Amino acid sequence: MNTLIFRTFAPFITGLMVVFSIFILLRGHNEPGGGFIGGLIAASAFAIYGIANGVPPVRRAIYFHPHSIAGFGLLLAALAGIPSMVAGVPYLTALWTYPVIGNVEVALSTPLFFDIGVYLVVVGAITGIALSLEERHRG
Amino acid sequence: MNDTQIYLLLPFAAAVIAPILVRFLGEKAAWILALFPAAIFVHLFGLVEQISNGEVVTGGFVWVPSLNANFTYFLDGLSLTFALLISGIGTLIILYAGGYLGGHKHFGRFLSFIFLFMGAMIGLVAADNLITLFIFWELTSITSFLLIGFDHNREASRRAAIQALVVTGGGGLALLAGVIVLQSISGVSELSLLLGQGDVVRDHPYYLLAFFLIIGAAFTKSAQFPFHFWLPNAMEAPTPVSAFLHSATMVKAGVYLLMRMNPVLGDTVIWETVLPVFGTATLVIGTLLAVRQTDLKLMLAYTTVASLGLLVMLTGFGGEKAIEAAVYYLIAHALFKGALFMIAGIIDHEAGTRDVRKLGGLRKAMPITFAAACLAALSMAGLPPFFGFLAKEEIYAAIAHPTFWGVSITLLTIFGNALMLVIGATVALKPFLGEPVKTPKNAHEGPILLWAGPVVLSIVGLVSALFAGFSNHDFVSPMASAIAGTSVEAHASVIPHFSLALLLSVITIGLGVAVYLKIDQARFAMAWLLAKIGWGPDKGFDQFISGLVRFATWITHRLQNGRMEAYMTTVFIFFGVVLWGSMIYFDELPNVPSFPVLSFYEWGIFTIAAVGLFSVIYANDRLTAIVSLGIQGFAVALIFMLFGAPDLSFTQFMVETLSVVILALVMTRLTLNKTDARKLSEQLFDACVALLAGSALMVLLLSVIQQPFDTALSDFFTSYSKVVAHGGNIVNVIIVDFRGLDTLGEISVVMIAGLSILALIRVKGQKMRKVLKQ
Amino acid sequence: METALSILSGLFFIVSIYLLLSKYVIRVLLGVALLGNAVNLLIFTAGRLTREVPPIIPSHLDVPAVATANPLPQALILTAIVISFSFFAFLLVLSFRAYQDLKSDDTETLRFAEPKNEPTPPLGY
Repeated sequence: MNTLIFRTFAPFITGLMVVFSIFILLRGHNEPGGGFIGGLIAASAFAIYGIANGVPPVRRAIYFHPHSIAGFGLLLAALAGIPSMVAGVPYLTALWTYPVIGNVEVALSTPLFFDIGVYLVVVGAITGIALSLEERHRG
Repeated sequence: MNDTQIYLLLPFAAAVIAPILVRFLGEKAAWILALFPAAIFVHLFGLVEQISNGEVVTGGFVWVPSLNANFTYFLDGLSLTFALLISGIGTLIILYAGGYLGGHKHFGRFLSFIFLFMGAMIGLVAADNLITLFIFWELTSITSFLLIGFDHNREASRRAAIQALVVTGGGGLALLAGVIVLQSISGVSELSLLLGQGDVVRDHPYYLLAFFLIIGAAFTKSAQFPFHFWLPNAMEAPTPVSAFLHSATMVKAGVYLLMRMNPVLGDTVIWETVLPVFGTATLVIGTLLAVRQTDLKLMLAYTTVASLGLLVMLTGFGGEKAIEAAVYYLIAHALFKGALFMIAGIIDHEAGTRDVRKLGGLRKAMPITFAAACLAALSMAGLPPFFGFLAKEEIYAAIAHPTFWGVSITLLTIFGNALMLVIGATVALKPFLGEPVKTPKNAHEGPILLWAGPVVLSIVGLVSALFAGFSNHDFVSPMASAIAGTSVEAHASVIPHFSLALLLSVITIGLGVAVYLKIDQARFAMAWLLAKIGWGPDKGFDQFISGLVRFATWITHRLQNGRMEAYMTTVFIFFGVVLWGSMIYFDELPNVPSFPVLSFYEWGIFTIAAVGLFSVIYANDRLTAIVSLGIQGFAVALIFMLFGAPDLSFTQFMVETLSVVILALVMTRLTLNKTDARKLSEQLFDACVALLAGSALMVLLLSVIQQPFDTALSDFFTSYSKVVAHGGNIVNVIIVDFRGLDTLGEISVVMIAGLSILALIRVKGQKMRKVLKQ
Repeated sequence: METALSILSGLFFIVSIYLLLSKYVIRVLLGVALLGNAVNLLIFTAGRLTREVPPIIPSHLDVPAVATANPLPQALILTAIVISFSFFAFLLVLSFRAYQDLKSDDTETLRFAEPKNEPTPPLGY
């Protein structure tokens, strides 16, 4: 699988897939998509990159250890439930706010952060699995 | 929260601070800690006047009202006398423990256990709610387990502790069942209300069930024959424990329960048969076994068994006189037996042995102990002017009826009492009288912490009898009234007056003295007899436990034989049989479905899925296996797509891709056996099992889809997704909003799986082999 | 169409159970992977099927205009797919490590935790 074409194109494919995965994540509330799917797409992107170019470039590219990313995601998802407790409603109740940033109304909500948390957990955990297996495979 | 409640819970506070105090003050902490039970005692003593006038003190708080389990207490004559004995003797025991175990490295822990026990015991006698009663009852079992096993480095201690826990804990389960039965019979959950429901309970068809459960609990706790064996073994505990738990308090919990239940369960033929028969049997057997012993503590332990038998007999004998006698004897016994246990401990502590054959002539070395021992022994022997005398007089007055029943019980009681007198004399007099004998340690008087307890108890035994009018009015009458359920007026007097009872007392003493002079021969005869019998409940307990372990081992090896496919086969056969069986039994089989109408591409995808599926089975090499697995996975993704689930379809695609990738990565290292190595018959059998379980699920699903569908939940999500949760993708809204907590749990699982895989990969092969070798 | 999918789901169950019963760890693993799909199909079918209308509310409406597919089983299955994948990966690595260290993929010989002729536990206290 280490063909020149594959190796050359893999970084671009990966970059595209990661961007696409974020798109899928963010549109997930109203259209098909969401954290789980987005996370899986990004994880497959990194897995492909790993197969093509080896694991070390992938580790350098994502900078953080995959499990740190997953841990951060879990923390984010758990914390996304806290504001509702401050507001006096049960844990994880959705809260919405619509601040206007530069004439554009942005819909911010706790489920958004929760979904980002889900995304990061899936990306982190599954990339971690794939990369460690690939390392095993090579070494 | 009122005063009394705080006092009732005080021991638990003491249990917490005891280890800390001991760390700073050593054995002197006992002086401070003794203030806790003393405070309880003083407070309760202040209630005596009120309660002797027939009032009750109640209170508590609501705990689990829906289950009728509340923390409520009520104090009447019975509870109060018990609570006074527990806190009063408890105070002395704390001091005594300071002298006895002062230097022990776990002294703080020991005191903590003792206080926990004290709190449980006071809670038990004060409990109003039946569930509270059960909880404190079990707590006394558990704390006594801890105390008996205190010296856990010795096997004998461990065995005694386990034995006590098994026997009394088993009784506790009977109590739980018993109180639930009583609750359902009477409809009330408080003892104070239950006491008025006696007639309802006695006429109920479940009366016998409640009766046997309650006496099961009481007999195990109070060491009645044939459950008596755990009590002597519990003498492995340090002496303060024996003096506290196994004379004055815990073992009396069973007697307390019987006395408490007397107005509810008593006054029936079975009550007045079973209790006297077992009580008298325990009395006789206990004293006979006591004669056999040479260890001071064991002798006392067996006489405790006997005394408990006497109490049970009196409680069930019937009539106010017998109850009065039981009350007198209970108080007298707590006083003199507590004192004698502590004296045995002092002798052990100062002379280095508890063997009565190696002791003698200690009166010069230990004059105070000797004096206390004499007072206690005289009370035990039932001589005037001691409290024991009142008890003995009342017993004989109550039971000496000119009927066959009365006469036979009286004769056996005389026999038992005479032997108890012998033991009392042996324990209290033999070590002190006669020529001084060389003891392992050079005996001398112990510190005040040690002898304070027995001296106080012995003097109380004397004073309470001298002021019998006060004792009768303030303690005996209210307690006897509470047990009898009607007002009882006790008026025993310490001045002997000529009666049948006095005559019987004299006979008892005469018989006792005669046996005492021949004690060595009597002991020899008993030893010979027991050797002849050779088997007892104690040995039976060991056989029972080892039998249990063997049975458990056998059944474990049968069921868990270590072959995975056997487990799997069992599970799936069971699964299939349960599903098929219940569907057939309840006539829930689906109608024969009509032939499905599908478009050609749907047929095509279904066929692809099926082909992928079967080629997984027949895959001969890893590439085929991976590819066929991928085929069925993608087919499933397409099915999701066809039926309006783009999210699922997408997820399935990604997951199948990743599965294929990691499978490919791992499988290059794993060899897949070319052929299925199972024999054809095994393959057929497995196929049948798979057919059985799989078809059951298939039929279940067919039957499910023929039922009308309840759309309530789906409608809820559909109609509120946009309005409330501001999301158009209902599936995503359910995941991140409506059921967010579930998702949080699920991503935690993903995270944990990732971490475990990392750990598995990181563990080096060498290290793993080393771990496995261990 | 529910009928057809029920039967397909039943086939999935039969094949996966057959594989789970075989003695080779790798086949058992394939069975586990199939079992996940079988259960997902079961839940999906039990929630009834609707062709081609996903449970998405158009942006100008508050509730869908036409009957959509049942969203609830989809939400359940979506997380189930990801979890069963993690689980599958874990089992795969576990059996891989077991194979490396014990040199066997036969469940007959993989009995380290429950060896044959295990001694009886000690009697006594």
